[in-house]
Amino acid sequence: MDIRKELEKRILVIDGAMGTMIQRHQLTEEDYRGERFKDWHSDVKGNNDLLCITQPEIIKGIHKQYLAAGADIIETNTFSSTVIAMADYDMQALAYELNVAAAKCAKDAVHEFMNEHPGSTAKFVAGAIGPLNKTLSLSPDVNNPGFRAVTFDEVVAAYYEQIRGLVDGGVDLLLIETIFDTLNAKGAIFAAKKYFRDQKKTELPIMISGTITDASGRTLSGQTLEAFYTSVMHANPLSVGLNCALGAAEMRSHIEELSQIASCYTSAYPNAGLPNAMGEYDEQPHETAHFIEEWANQGFVNIVGGCCGTTPDHIKHIADNVRKITPRPLPVLESELV
Amino acid sequence: MRSTINIKPYLRLSGLEPLVVRPETNFVNVGERTNVTGSKKFARLIRDNQYEEALSVARQQVESGAQVLDVNMDDAMLEGVTAMTTFMNLIQSEPDIARIPIMIDSSKFEIIEAGLKCVQGRCIVNSISMKEGEDKFIEQAFTCKAFGAAVIVMAFDEVGQADTKQRKVEICQRAYKILTEKVGFDPQDIIFDPNIFAIATGIEEHNNYAVDFIEATKEIKRLMPLTKVSGGVSNVSFSFRGNDHVREAIHAVFLYYAIKAGMDMGIVNAGQLVVYDEIEPTLRQLCEDVILNRNNDNNEATEKLIIHAETVKAKGKVEVRDEAWRNDTVEKRLSHSLVNGITDYIDVDTEEARLKYATPLEVIEGPLMDGMGIVGDLFGAGKMFLPQVVKSARVMKKSVAILTPYIEAEKELRKQAHLAAGTTNSEAAGAAKILLATVKGDVHDIGKNIVGVVLGCNGYDIVDLGVMVPADKILETAQKENADIIGLSGLITPSLDEMVHIAKEMKRRGMTQPLLIGGATTSRIHTAVKIAPQYDLGVVHVLDASRSVTVAGSLLNREQKPEFLSGIKEDYIKLKHGFDNKKTVKTYLSYKDALQNKVKVDWNNHTTATPSFTGTKVFEDFDLNILRPYIDWKPFFITWEMHGNFPEILTDAVVGKEATKLYNDANALLDKLIAEKWLTAKGIIGFWEASSEGDDVEVTTGKEYVQLSFLRQQIKKAADQPNLSLADFIAPKASGKKDFIGAFAVTLHGIEEHLKRFETNLDDYNKIMLQALADRFAEAFAEALHLRTRKDFWGYDKDEKLSNEELIKEQYTGIRPAPGYPACPDHTEKYKLFDLLNATDTIGVQLTESLAMYPASSVCGWYFSNPKSQYFGIGKIQRDQLENYARRKNMPLDVAEKWLSPVLE
Repeated sequence: MDIRKELEKRILVIDGAMGTMIQRHQLTEEDYRGERFKDWHSDVKGNNDLLCITQPEIIKGIHKQYLAAGADIIETNTFSSTVIAMADYDMQALAYELNVAAAKCAKDAVHEFMNEHPGSTAKFVAGAIGPLNKTLSLSPDVNNPGFRAVTFDEVVAAYYEQIRGLVDGGVDLLLIETIFDTLNAKGAIFAAKKYFRDQKKTELPIMISGTITDASGRTLSGQTLEAFYTSVMHANPLSVGLNCALGAAEMRSHIEELSQIASCYTSAYPNAGLPNAMGEYDEQPHETAHFIEEWANQGFVNIVGGCCGTTPDHIKHIADNVRKITPRPLPVLESELV
Repeated sequence: MRSTINIKPYLRLSGLEPLVVRPETNFVNVGERTNVTGSKKFARLIRDNQYEEALSVARQQVESGAQVLDVNMDDAMLEGVTAMTTFMNLIQSEPDIARIPIMIDSSKFEIIEAGLKCVQGRCIVNSISMKEGEDKFIEQAFTCKAFGAAVIVMAFDEVGQADTKQRKVEICQRAYKILTEKVGFDPQDIIFDPNIFAIATGIEEHNNYAVDFIEATKEIKRLMPLTKVSGGVSNVSFSFRGNDHVREAIHAVFLYYAIKAGMDMGIVNAGQLVVYDEIEPTLRQLCEDVILNRNNDNNEATEKLIIHAETVKAKGKVEVRDEAWRNDTVEKRLSHSLVNGITDYIDVDTEEARLKYATPLEVIEGPLMDGMGIVGDLFGAGKMFLPQVVKSARVMKKSVAILTPYIEAEKELRKQAHLAAGTTNSEAAGAAKILLATVKGDVHDIGKNIVGVVLGCNGYDIVDLGVMVPADKILETAQKENADIIGLSGLITPSLDEMVHIAKEMKRRGMTQPLLIGGATTSRIHTAVKIAPQYDLGVVHVLDASRSVTVAGSLLNREQKPEFLSGIKEDYIKLKHGFDNKKTVKTYLSYKDALQNKVKVDWNNHTTATPSFTGTKVFEDFDLNILRPYIDWKPFFITWEMHGNFPEILTDAVVGKEATKLYNDANALLDKLIAEKWLTAKGIIGFWEASSEGDDVEVTTGKEYVQLSFLRQQIKKAADQPNLSLADFIAPKASGKKDFIGAFAVTLHGIEEHLKRFETNLDDYNKIMLQALADRFAEAFAEALHLRTRKDFWGYDKDEKLSNEELIKEQYTGIRPAPGYPACPDHTEKYKLFDLLNATDTIGVQLTESLAMYPASSVCGWYFSNPKSQYFGIGKIQRDQLENYARRKNMPLDVAEKWLSPVLE
């Protein structure tokens, strides 16, 4: 299955929030630990990625709900599955295994779904590569702006291991997402390129998704959207897009701009609006879908879906609303200056 | 509605912002001073670990126009990887530097890698080459590509550095093939450096080096049109070390030819480029011979340049007035006077032209308009700057003034003839008419005057209604005069509402003219969101005077107008849409909660110094000589649309020369106006006991109480960050501590008669200059009084020792915010300030209905002494605070709403 062929034909739908869905299960510390980590020396509740090992049925179940809702691409539950992020739970050594397990959960979900729905359109598993909890462009110490909590080499090593796990687990794509520091993303791109060159494997398609943090229209590390795109285009990505931080209403002007400058496919999966005073997302599925339908009609997007606060219901509405709309055509790359 | 997008193969780089190198980009300046091999100062700073200072070198490069920043740490005394890493990380924390892309420059690839690991943007690597063979080259290129960097490839192979055209081209072609075919580079990401070597060294083989570079460039761009060519320009003049004058000339001539041949970027000292046209002809000729290797048998051209260089060096930069142009035709002389802003001969030349042409009108339509056409073109092309254009306009006006009586006389004659013959008079048709006015309540008109001059230069008929013009008068005059365009200007925030009002009125009256909006307080976003929706037939925000010409041109061209206006309208609708969507993003506290989160001052352990007096003190005629050193020149240059820091702007590559001229003219006028006492500086300060309660401050004058009302930030802040209000800096009543507040007002009297005189003399240049200087004096006066207040009158910081620069950066203790500005945006509090100081009676400053101060060069404000006090902006406030504020001030809600509209959502 070639995802590029699908993208030529239609707008693809990516799944919604994983965290929101896990919350619905109201899991306890014991549930998170499972049998294997029942004696682990620190609390692990909240380590959602760990569930791919301790509660694989729950994760697979969530993936299947999104597939049933109409998602064409599902993301592995690996947002924090790196040696750097896992340090919070002292589980650095599990990074590789978590990625393999998560990829299997997602692949199994797709297999089961395809068996239950023969003749369905193609489904893809994207290995989710999150932004890390340490950043390369920003100093955590205001009095020492030159200081960095992590080095580029450490970031590359962490992502390299994650990518190795995801590829070994069988993902179809890599998705570098929620990028708020472009240099971290460049570390992930560097790791991916290096991994495929070292292994002499054909590169998997890479999707890139940045995060515009607020009304400034810039990433957290201070880049404008065009500067961000320029800084990652060397990945030769399958798609570039935006996710998280903003709801669809706030994201519109940015995705419009991106659709004008990106030479690859574009993606957008906003939050379900902005969080209310209680930190909850209350934009309704039909509302989110309505915004996204308009983007599709304008020809801004090729891949759409949801981020924080979105549910299978949101994805179903989105999928229904964009199903018949022609996708954004790829720009023509000219070969002459004038 | 959907059209395919075409993407051009441009070189695209980024820092925090993108840099796209398009064919029309012409030439990209790469700043060279952050290079330890090229700058002794920078090397010393890095060696001494003075990274803060080193950052200021980088900042200076950006400010003087560098579009890419070259960073090089190749020094035997340095640990290159560490130095590169440290400096790069620091740069990333400075948004004003990190804005532009970085060129990582080293001959050691591990240092290049270290740099690449620190930069989020898309960099240029300078450089890689095949000097150590193909394998190493390929490996390094792969690494660069994995970081997403563009590369500079030096024309260097296993044999050595290429010196002839042929070798340069061959090596570049070989590298191109490898990079595009084996490494997968896009051609546009490849930049060649075909080696710039020193010429005029006395060694004959070196004589053709510049020609080799230029011709190789041409050939490289022909064979590989998407690639770029770069080079280190200062190498070429290496043999003239120590003679900067000649070096700069050589660089300018070299670049002139190299850029024509296709050179795209160069490493240059952005502050030191001279303009090709400006080099004295003899020197330029000699440079051309040496660079193009002409007339150079037996080093003849070289010898000549060396001899000439010695004389130039010996006599320094003495300016010799070249009067040769006086021998040209009268048309050429007029044109020369216009372009160079020379008024010395305009009387005789105009008279000569008048006698030569059939009618005086032909003189205007012929040579004068031709000359102004050249000025317009040069200005449009960025080769002339605003102060020069204003000088040109002065020449034009003088010439026209000489011709006008003759034209009038002719008109009269013709009219009589028409009347006698019974035919109708067709004199009415003429230039398009543009009406300009500063809106009601606002007295600021420097910017409007500049726009008037620039448009006047471009042949428009300007009707300038002056300042404080009510809407009715503007619109009635526009209808009566049949104006084609109406332009509104304003500097203070209440003017924005007045502009909205005028737009509404235009619609109501069914007017059809397009409306231009300009002035310091206006913005594209305000125009789009507030003004444009009120009037359908064209509202355009004009950023500065130079844009006004193209805007007016588009609006008056019947074919372009509809498309131009619909384009603008579309942009504004988008902006408005974006604004409407964005404005809900921020979260706000209730006013009650914001009030709880005030600045924490430990009042128990703070005692405010007691001022040396309470009540007021007047300064009747403050010595301008004392104020002169306090002048902040940066805003002065901004008035003239020259942006940059002072004094760096004087040596800026692009505007430095004109900035210096302007600065010299300004100082000459300063000398004169001080010596001849044109202006009288009057000021008043006062101190009173004060205490705060919530956001009110009660001031005790002895006889009575005056209640000041302040506003508080309501936006939700990060943890530990207070919601600021100026009231927080005054001790609360409940604390029982004694505290004080101060106030000041300063003004410059006496400008009118001089402005009028300049006006009569048709000398806009000096008129605008004088206005700008008076404004600077008012600010300088405020600065000087504040200093003495801190050290002496209030005396809360007796030991302060700050340089003028530190003063400008507001590094003192305490603040002096003015009512109407960000920390206390309600202009109506100015009434209380004026009452407390009795400023109108004592120093003769009046408040207009929009609360602008008259004379226009006036400044006022409150003094706060608390060490925690700081400048800040209120941001947007919510309805609950508005209502509370109106109640506290005893002001009708709708009136409060009107005055506070800039801070309401």
